[in-house]
This record gives sequence, structure tokens and C-alpha cells, in this order.
Amino acid sequence: MYITRKAEFSASHVCRLAAWSDEENRRAFGEASHLHGHGHNYVVEVTLEGEPDPVTGMIVDLKRVKQLLEEEVVEPMDHRFLNIEVPPFDRIVPTTENVAREIWDRLERRFPPGSARLHRVRLYETSDCYVDIVRDSLPQTEAS
Amino acid sequence: MTFSPVSRLTRRYRFSASHRLHSPALTDVENRAIYGKCNNPFGHGHDYLLEVTIAGTPDPLTGLILPRHDLDQWVERRVLKLFDHRDINTDVAGLSARVPTTENIALFVARLLAEDWPRAFPAAPARLARVHILETDRNGFEVLINETLHRQPHA
Repeated sequence: MYITRKAEFSASHVCRLAAWSDEENRRAFGEASHLHGHGHNYVVEVTLEGEPDPVTGMIVDLKRVKQLLEEEVVEPMDHRFLNIEVPPFDRIVPTTENVAREIWDRLERRFPPGSARLHRVRLYETSDCYVDIVRDSLPQTEAS
Repeated sequence: MTFSPVSRLTRRYRFSASHRLHSPALTDVENRAIYGKCNNPFGHGHDYLLEVTIAGTPDPLTGLILPRHDLDQWVERRVLKLFDHRDINTDVAGLSARVPTTENIALFVARLLAEDWPRAFPAAPARLARVHILETDRNGFEVLINETLHRQPHA
């Protein structure tokens, strides 16, 4: 069974590589490469997987999920310039893919095995563009 | 056993088109009974919403599964140009043998994109994962792309 909790944060960012020319950056990142940055109203949806506790009838205490989202995502990222103020985006490009993965990594640490398990992080950069990070159901092999 | 998370990128696009649901295999009475208002002889239209999802590993340098512009241009060229401000029954050749229900439109678009993906993005470490079409915000039809669909010829 899955349960999803949503949160919002607004932040600015710029997607460009310092070693690349303006033309190369424009080719890869489009308008998002503009030097001075721009902003989005990000929406993050966190989905947890688990079974309802037989006594409480709850998969997870949603107050705790809300608190963790506040601590790991909203407080550090809301009304910030991601490239300057939110590591690791001083070193890697804050694309939707990378921001979603960073949120996944931050939350994954806070939901240890045995409790409700992190299943999916969905990050909307705009209502027309979102990235899902989903737990792969297949075991990883050496070959992959 | 270790588990790794998978990254998927979804972009939303829009097209406006008209259609009429009418099967030549059925009588007029049967068509009216099955399709109701959608069987109106003069057709009707929708503002369709199309979601295209790709799955892959973001490039370690750029942090992108695929540059947005490349995906947008491909969907524009392959799908939106075919459908936007067109009458699906008469203008979309590949669908003329089928009733243009949103089920059939979604399958058609999914096959079209799945077949063209290897030609359009031969080097991309990503694959087409899903096509979702909403006829209105109350009706959505979703096709998950697997290897079978990649291999199936157009029916």
C-alpha cells in the first residue's frame, strides 16, 4: 500500500556548466542556462510503501513525514538560490533530475528499513515537467 | 540484494483536435447506443493533454536524462504536428482504419514514438517508458511501453 504526502518550495537556479560556452549550455539546457538564474515553484510528492499498523491503522505517522519533508527539503531549499546556497548544487547542475535525486537521498536516510519504505519521489519543476525517482523492483546485477 | 532507484522524466504537451466515434462494423442504432454524444455525425473536439515519460540515467556531467528541447522537438514533429488543429478521422492517416477513441489514439501514439525512438535517439542512455493521453481532465488513458510494444508492428 502506498501513501503520498506533498510539499512545496520556491527556489531559483541556473543550469549551466562553467567549462562550456554559452552556445553549448544553450544547446543542453535551453533557457535554463541564462547566467543570472531564474526560479520555480517546485512541488514535491513523497510516496511511502508499507502496511497499516494493526492498532493505529496507519502506514506511517504523517506528522513525522511532514516534519521530515520540512527539515530535509523545505527549510533548506525554500526561497534559496540552489546553486549557491544548497550543496551539492554548488558542484552539480540543479536539473530537475538532480534535485529529485538529492531529495530521494536525503529522505532515504530518514526512513530506515523496517518502517514505511520510500517508494517514489516526484518533483514538479513546473506543472508540465516532472521527474520521478522510483525504487527499482528488480535486483541489481553485476552486469547492469 | 541491492536496489537502485530509477529516474523518469515526464513532459506534458497539448493538442486540440476533433473526432467522431463511429464504427462501420456497427449499425447506426448500435453506434448511437455505444458512443452516445460522441457519435454526433458532425463530430466534436477536445483539448487533449499528452504526457510522454522517458526513463534513464541522468548524464553525470549535465544531470539530464535528455535535453528538454530534443524531447520537445521530437514530440512536436512526430505527434503534435499530426494532431493539432486537425480532424483525427480524416487527417490522421495512420488512424483511419480505427475508431479514434482515446484508447486507440494512445496506442497509436505509443507505437509511433516507440518505433521512432531508436532512430531519433540512437545514442541516448534512456528509453521511452510511458504515454498518457487525457481527452478531458476526467478521462485519461495510459500505455506503459515495454519491449513487446517496441517489437510489435503497427496493427
